[in-house]
Amino acid sequence: MDTNLVEMFRAGLNWVTMALDAPSARVVLFGVRIQWHIFVEVLLGFVIVILLSQKSYKPPKRPLTEQEIDELCDEWVPEPLIPPITEDMMHEPPVLESAAGPHTTVNGKDVVNFASANYLGLIGHEKLLESCTSALEKYGVGSCGPRGFYGTIDVHLDCETRISKFLSTPDTILYSYGLSTMFSTIPCFCKKGDIIVADEGVHWGIQNGLQLSRSTIVYFKHNDMDSLRTTLEKIMTKNKRSKNLRRYIVAEAVYQNSGQIAPLDEIVKLKEKYKFRVILDESNSFGVLGRSGRGLAEHHGVPIEKIDVVTAAMGHALATEGGFCTGNARIIDYQRLSSSGYVFSASLPPYLASAAITAIDVIDQNPELLVKMKQNIALLWKGLEDIKGMSLASDPESPIVFLKLEKSSGSTKEDLLLLEKMADRALKEDSLLVVSSKKSFLDKCRLPVGIKLLVSAGHSESDLVKVSESLKRLASELLL
Amino acid sequence: MKDCFARPIASAPDAWFDMVERDWNDGEKVIDRTTNRRRCLNLGSYNYLGFGSFDEYCTPRVIESLKKLSASTCSSRVDAGTTSVHVELEECVAKYVGKHSAIVFGMGYATNSFIIPVLIGKGGLIISDSLNHSSIINGARGSGANIRIFQHNTPSHLERILREEIAERQTKTHKPWKKIIVIVEGIYSMEREICKLPEIVSICKKYKAYVYLDEAHSIGAIGNTGRGVCELLGVNTADMDIMMGTFSKSFASCGGYIAGSKGAIQYLKHHCPAHLYATSISTPSAQQIISAIRVILGEDGSNRGAQKLARIRENSNYFRSELRNMGFKVLGDVDSPVMPIMLYHPAKIPAFSRECLRENVAIAVVGFTATPLMLGRARICISASHSKQDLIKALEVISKVGDLTGIKYFPAAPKKQEEEKDTIKPV
Repeated sequence: MDTNLVEMFRAGLNWVTMALDAPSARVVLFGVRIQWHIFVEVLLGFVIVILLSQKSYKPPKRPLTEQEIDELCDEWVPEPLIPPITEDMMHEPPVLESAAGPHTTVNGKDVVNFASANYLGLIGHEKLLESCTSALEKYGVGSCGPRGFYGTIDVHLDCETRISKFLSTPDTILYSYGLSTMFSTIPCFCKKGDIIVADEGVHWGIQNGLQLSRSTIVYFKHNDMDSLRTTLEKIMTKNKRSKNLRRYIVAEAVYQNSGQIAPLDEIVKLKEKYKFRVILDESNSFGVLGRSGRGLAEHHGVPIEKIDVVTAAMGHALATEGGFCTGNARIIDYQRLSSSGYVFSASLPPYLASAAITAIDVIDQNPELLVKMKQNIALLWKGLEDIKGMSLASDPESPIVFLKLEKSSGSTKEDLLLLEKMADRALKEDSLLVVSSKKSFLDKCRLPVGIKLLVSAGHSESDLVKVSESLKRLASELLL
Repeated sequence: MKDCFARPIASAPDAWFDMVERDWNDGEKVIDRTTNRRRCLNLGSYNYLGFGSFDEYCTPRVIESLKKLSASTCSSRVDAGTTSVHVELEECVAKYVGKHSAIVFGMGYATNSFIIPVLIGKGGLIISDSLNHSSIINGARGSGANIRIFQHNTPSHLERILREEIAERQTKTHKPWKKIIVIVEGIYSMEREICKLPEIVSICKKYKAYVYLDEAHSIGAIGNTGRGVCELLGVNTADMDIMMGTFSKSFASCGGYIAGSKGAIQYLKHHCPAHLYATSISTPSAQQIISAIRVILGEDGSNRGAQKLARIRENSNYFRSELRNMGFKVLGDVDSPVMPIMLYHPAKIPAFSRECLRENVAIAVVGFTATPLMLGRARICISASHSKQDLIKALEVISKVGDLTGIKYFPAAPKKQEEEKDTIKPV
């Protein structure tokens, strides 16, 4: 049986071979005899080519019908615009009934004020009030227009000239809002692709400016020069393209979030070694640091030309509002055309510019205000040396005296609530206004939170003693 | 062209002001101030209701508050920057605008840039008009949300975008949008068109999107009592989720506000970085706003407010119709106090500006980057403090300069005398 099948199979195969070979029995192509299997292979080749050249099968995309879109739109439920209000959001700030000087009135009671950045005690100064009054009578309140369209009043130009003269820089530009100074200046110069090395403790205005600039941001440890050095080193060596990119270092002279003072001489040395440009925010050091109040450059003995861009908000030592940026004439001219907070916004009210001019004159003529302020800072440090549960985290010469919590509860929210309670009790029981740290969810700074005291030249010794005693008592009651 | 912009003035931005003449040193490079002053008619400042100079009701109160509370508090609102004037101002603004509560900041530009990131973040969608102001664009970019632009003032395009976005997002990624905010302005600064608010609000209600209205140019200038676009078009303020405005135009002060429901404002006070970190608005400026609102509402015991509002409407409509009769191409809707005169050609921009200045009329001109290259324009801002003679003089000068620079693109309407001559035929 088997052999029969095998023989039949063999016979069949022979027959097929002969049949297929028959047509091409005598074909010889290129010296090769064509056999039947070549035909099969060529046919297969064609089939493969045809299949590959066909478009792959996709089910046709059926667009949604109007009815389907309607249904989807009806189904969609958005989140509420505002999340529900929690207990801690109902906290109301104290309402002042008199000028925010070293002593002020809250709820009819006299209160010692350590919450205003009135470092030289110029709030309520008669010369400032006089110049404001005459400016109000002459110019009204607002300037009714941006700087490009008749919003430039001669007082603005005088103020810019005065600031340039005070700081010995070629030119200055005025902004109408302190916080907008940094968030307009940084995106003006730093564009996509540039590298910015910034301190991790910079305040929110600078963070916003960095975000809007779309540059590559690298943070270094707060006020740590070794960390800055290694960061700069890494950037310059790792990425070969760095040499062709614009590079900036952004720092604050006196950090608002911690009271530390930046070591400008070391920053300038590093900047010159690695060829970076420095943008410095002198809001809390203008009028405060240095022998004559000319800021961080004078304090460290560094010529101000070494800093490329200096910005400052005037709502601190100068007891007015607004901000300015000073530096090279070309840098300032460029900002007049392309800084968004300057071009698209109404200009500073003229009476505030006039107040700034008078404030600078007062600082120039009264150097004893700086001496008094420095003495007050030293006295306050002495009084708070032995406080329990908190430690002094700021620089001994900085007008922002920062007490950070020694032991954190683990959650920033809990810490903030505790500090708020401490500040509230200081106000209610001891009539003291102090600043407890506040954090918006947009703020990326992760420095420790605490209580801030803003020292003024107008505080008396008894005020300083009172606040030290009160804080020591509250710290021992609430924190231990 | 540097002399056409940033012209300094040496007096209040009233109907007439003293312009400081400048010297060109070294061609275009340096412009120095001289001591010469030129008295010019002011058609360039945003002084809609005429509060921009010494006012008999406002200025004494402002000086009083300056003496009591000083020019600045040097502190943020949550620390020691809230004074009784700030609290009064927020209540006053909320009542005026027609919402439950308000929050006030020291700069109008910063108000938009700092509030939008708090309201919406990643996973949300912002649909904004194509001609929105730079502060809204900045705020939208800073928020991290997705942004779509809809054609200027076209509600049908807005509806199409809303339908597309909601449906596609759900079918493609299965992660629907967290929320959608539509941002529009009351009056657009360059085109001077009034927003089609009723249609936009009804579309947003249908698709459950939130409405954010920026009334920078319309608050205090539009509507019977100056309450803005909502009053003019009869839209209920309860339908607006967030209303924003600035004080630098009609109220001649500085700063901006956000008005909304009680919960919304409480949330913003707790989280908005400008409220937590920035110095509070200067107290005399705040007092100016309160006094200006009182004058507008007639609460100062006189009807100067109503007079001002009527006068600005009359002035603007008269000026606009006269300009159109002369043959100029003038944009802007009826009642808008700012009217752009189209110049088109870039070379006519400095020519128009300089010729007008020669006749002592100060005009603001706008060219490329703020507007498209071939759509240069001169922007006229009418104020309630302009008298009829001022307007007539301005019209004469503009007509003369218009003939000189050739911008009367339309045929002039025939004068009435000539019409009468034609009709009275000799018998």
